[in-house]
Formats: sequence, C-alpha cells, structure tokens
Amino acid sequence: MKNGSAFQRHLRVRQITGYINGTLFFLATLTGIIVLIVLIADVFKDSVGWLDWQFITSYPSRKPQEAGLLSAMFGTLWVMALTALFSFPVGIGTAIYLEEYAPDSRLRRLIQTNINNLAGVPSIVYGLLGLALFVQALSLGRSVLAGALTLTLMSLPVIIIAAQEAIRSVPESYRLGAFALGSTRWQVVRHIVLPNAVPGILTGTILAMSRAIGEAAPMIAISALVYLTFIPVSPMDRFTVLPIQIFNWVSRPQEGFWHLAAAGIIVLLFVLLTMNAAAIVLRNRFQKRTEE
Amino acid sequence: MVNNVARLEAKSLELWYGKFQALRGISLVIPQNQVTAIIGPSGCGKSSLLRCFNRMNDLIPGSSVKGQVLFDGRNIYAANIDPTEVRYRIGMVFQKPNPFPKTIFENVAFGPRVNSFIGDLEEIVERALHRAALWDEVKDRLYKSAMQLSGGQQQRLCIARALALEPEVILMDEPCSALDPVATLKIEDLMKSLAENYTIVIVTHNMQQAARVSDMAAFMMMEEDRAGVLVEYGSTSKLFTNPKDKRTEDYITGRFG
Ligand SMILES: Nc1ncnc2c1ncn2[C@@H]1O[C@H](COP(=O)(O)OP(=O)(O)OP(=O)(O)O)[C@@H](O)[C@H]1O
Ligand SMILES: [Mg+2]
Repeated sequence: MKNGSAFQRHLRVRQITGYINGTLFFLATLTGIIVLIVLIADVFKDSVGWLDWQFITSYPSRKPQEAGLLSAMFGTLWVMALTALFSFPVGIGTAIYLEEYAPDSRLRRLIQTNINNLAGVPSIVYGLLGLALFVQALSLGRSVLAGALTLTLMSLPVIIIAAQEAIRSVPESYRLGAFALGSTRWQVVRHIVLPNAVPGILTGTILAMSRAIGEAAPMIAISALVYLTFIPVSPMDRFTVLPIQIFNWVSRPQEGFWHLAAAGIIVLLFVLLTMNAAAIVLRNRFQKRTEE
Repeated sequence: MVNNVARLEAKSLELWYGKFQALRGISLVIPQNQVTAIIGPSGCGKSSLLRCFNRMNDLIPGSSVKGQVLFDGRNIYAANIDPTEVRYRIGMVFQKPNPFPKTIFENVAFGPRVNSFIGDLEEIVERALHRAALWDEVKDRLYKSAMQLSGGQQQRLCIARALALEPEVILMDEPCSALDPVATLKIEDLMKSLAENYTIVIVTHNMQQAARVSDMAAFMMMEEDRAGVLVEYGSTSKLFTNPKDKRTEDYITGRFG
C-alpha cells in the first residue's frame, strides 16, 4: 500500500475497533437488563402465595394475612384519572401555544427555560408545594383532588416538553402546504399538526403518567394516611395510593408485611406495564391512520 | 396572444428577512391567463418574490414587506386584507412535493374542506385530478396514502390540490426540479392548458422550460449586497431572442458568472 497514497486504510484495525466497541455497548445493555431481571425475580419470589384475590379485594389490616390493597388501588386509579383529566389538556394546550402561536420573544424563551427547569425539580418539592397550596391555602384538605392537582403540577413540564417535541417533529412543509391552501392557523394545527403529532404526544404523556403513578414522595406529603378502610367516592375524599401502601408495608417489622409489599409492587408494575402497553397500541393505531 | 389585463402587480416591492434585504424595488405587472416565468441565478430572490404574491412570507418570523402587491387592483398588504383569503385565491405549488400524510382523496379535498366547501366533494376532487393529469394513475387508489406516489405523481397531486380550490392565480416554485423529462413535459403541457383559465407564475432554472411554456419572462439578479432586483421583464420571445440588458443576454446564453 506504500504507493504514495495519502489514505492509509488500516481496514483490519478499523474493523477490530468497531468489534470491540460493539461488544462494550452490548455489555452495557446487558447490565441494565440483568439487574432488572434479578429485581423482578426477587420480588416475584417474595410475593408467592400472597398475591391472591383476597389481597386485591381487602382493606389494609394489622394482620398481614387479612391485609390487602383495595383502597390504595382505587386511590391510585382516582388520582390518575383526575391527573390525566387536568394535565392532558393544559399540557398539550401549552405545547401548542408555545410551538404554533407564541412569537419568538424573550418572554417565550423565559417560559421555555422555566418549563425545562421545572421538569428537573425533585418530586418531593412538588409534594410540599401541593401541601402548602392545595391542602392548606386552598383548603382542599388531604383529598384525592389535592393529590391529583399536585401530580398535575409535577407531570405538566414533562408532558409539555414531550408534546412540544412531537409537534416540532411535524415537517414545516406540511404546515406551509396547508397555509397555502387558505387554512387558518387553527385549521393547520387541527388538521395537520395534531394528527401527525398525536402518536408522539400520547407516548410522552402516558410515560409522564406512569412516572407519576409510581411516585411515593409527593403523595406521602399530601395524603400521609395509610390506614384507609374505604374507597374514595368523590374527589374530596381522603385517599391513599399504591406506592404509599407499599412503602408502609416495607417499613413494618413483621415479615408478613414484606411479602405484602412484594405483592403490591407486582400490582403496581402490572398497572405501569398496562399503561405503557396502551401507549404503544395507541401510537401504532394513530401512526397507521396517518400513513393510510 | 397579447393580453394586457393585469392580474397581479408588484409596485416598488421590498422584502427583508430581519436586517437582510432580499428584494429591492421590484415592479412588474403579471397579465391574466398567461404563464409568466421568473428566472435568475440561485439566491437572487425568485422564491421570495413568489411568496410575496400570496403572503407566504408572513409566516417567516422577522420578515417584512414594503411597497404594494395589487391583486385585481387591491393591495393585498393593506391592513384590512386577511392573508388567508389571499392564499385561497392565489394558490401555490412548492419546489419540493409536499403532500400531506393523508389519502390521495383527502389531499385534494383538503383545500375545499378547510374553506367550508358545501358542494360535491368527490366531483371536485375528480375534476382537479383530471386537470392535473393524474386521474388515470390514481383513480383505483384514491383512498391509499399519498406518500406512496412517485415524486412526479406527488408533484401533480400538489398541483391538483391547489386546483381543487379553483384559485385565480397559481404560483409554482420550480415545480419540475424533482422530475424526470417525461413528467416535466406532462407538467409543462398542464401549465399551458391551465393558462386558459388561470394566471400562472412559475420560477424555473431551466431556460428551455421558460422558453417553452411562458408568455412573459422576468430576469432577476442580485446586487452587491445580495438584494434581488428585477433586471429585465417582457415577452418571453423578446427576452430570449433580443434581450435589452447585457446581463440578461449573458445569463440566457450561459455566459453568466
Ligand atoms: N426564510 C429566510 N430567512 C432568511 N433569509 C432567507 C429566507 N429565505 C430566503 N432567504 C435569503 O433570501 C435570498 C433569496 O432567497 P430565495 O430563496 O428567494 O432565492 P431563489 O432565487 O429562490 O434561489 P434558488 O434558485 O436557489 O431557489 C437568499 O440570500 C436567501 O439566503
Ligand atoms: Mg427558490
């Protein structure tokens, strides 16, 4: 190869480098997966014999054999439903405004920076904010509503950012095409931007929801209560949620409760996986629809 | 052949993108039911001028316009004019085909739909596709995605989409730049037949194309500060056979640069 060419090809070395890097990345991937499998296996082992119908349909109790997570499960469903109800329209509305309407001004950039920073605020801070604002200042008490509003505040930045990214990924040429056909700005948003952004928006918002569902810290600040022997029937009722219930069981000295905690974790994981699966199914359905 | 009814008229038009002046002192009259071609080197502001005619530049943050564009004698930049109205009366076909990720039918029906068309949608879609010389190729798959069409078919779909609104003027920005010679000829024929009912303005880099299809031709260039100016404007036959300006002559004979 020493024929004066400026290109020293070193093909062998380049291929070996590529091979080594590929292996390293594979090992990195493996680490995460192995840890996850060990964790889940451990939790499953602990929950064997405890995760049964009685566990799902009973209220908490002093005796591990009789205890269940009925109230926590309904609390979680309530809080989630309300959080979704509040945070979807506000989050998506904000994203649409920032991406499609707001002029590129200093104010817009300030708002954007704030939202980005808020997405990184620890969840306990939102819990304390909710406690001061909703529970006390607005006298909502330790209610489902106060909990849902707190989780709404917490999820909003993440939802807004996810929706913004989805909206931004809609090619500008679609918008221009629609404008050139005499669409108003709202028609462009409604008929071009949203249909194409929906898959991304849904994925982002549902992931934000699943993060919120698993948060114990802000909910402990709001609810504090763990010994609930009724199902909330209105947004003003007191409530508890799965992570609080699990946290409480883990911190009990009796061994029986640890098994309950493991069973609770399985239920929580099940709810989370169901939501993520729903996100994927919805996304695929919308994607098919827009491609047809 | 010569028709002197003015459809669009730019009067001392100036355009800025932020501080950069893209167009300077453009004045020209675009006659009704003719094809007017805009030619000139890359970056001289042809697309920018075209976008001034249907207020698409409004959508570019930081852009500003001075001067007037008269459409049937009315200044489309007057305060009481809604750009949306301008855009459905003056249609546009973009340089790159940009069909919506919807069905072929929905693409063509889009304009009528957003403008609250109440007549027979199927009929208007079929007519537009016929006019754009696309009907035979797509009539069996109207409800399939427009994204599956070839580049040339997509461009004709975009033309059909613009025609469905029955605009009075159609602006085309290098509509054939992504097409093979056969599709190009189809679109050129189309332009000529459309000119019977519509007023057409096209931007093109292809001198032969301008010579083939246009009745009027405008030659633009950049000045020292890169602002685009109109060098020469007149009937295509004159501009190509007997240009008045030395710069025009150099450009069309390929001695430019
Ligand atoms: N959105 C924009 N923002 C800022 N400057 C722009 C914008 N669009 C165009 N310009 C500038 O305006 C000038 C004219 O651009 P324009 O696209 O109108 O040229 P053109 O004649 O259509 O060129 P081409 O033949 O390459 O398409 C160029 O210098 C370009 O960089
Ligand atoms: Mg251009």
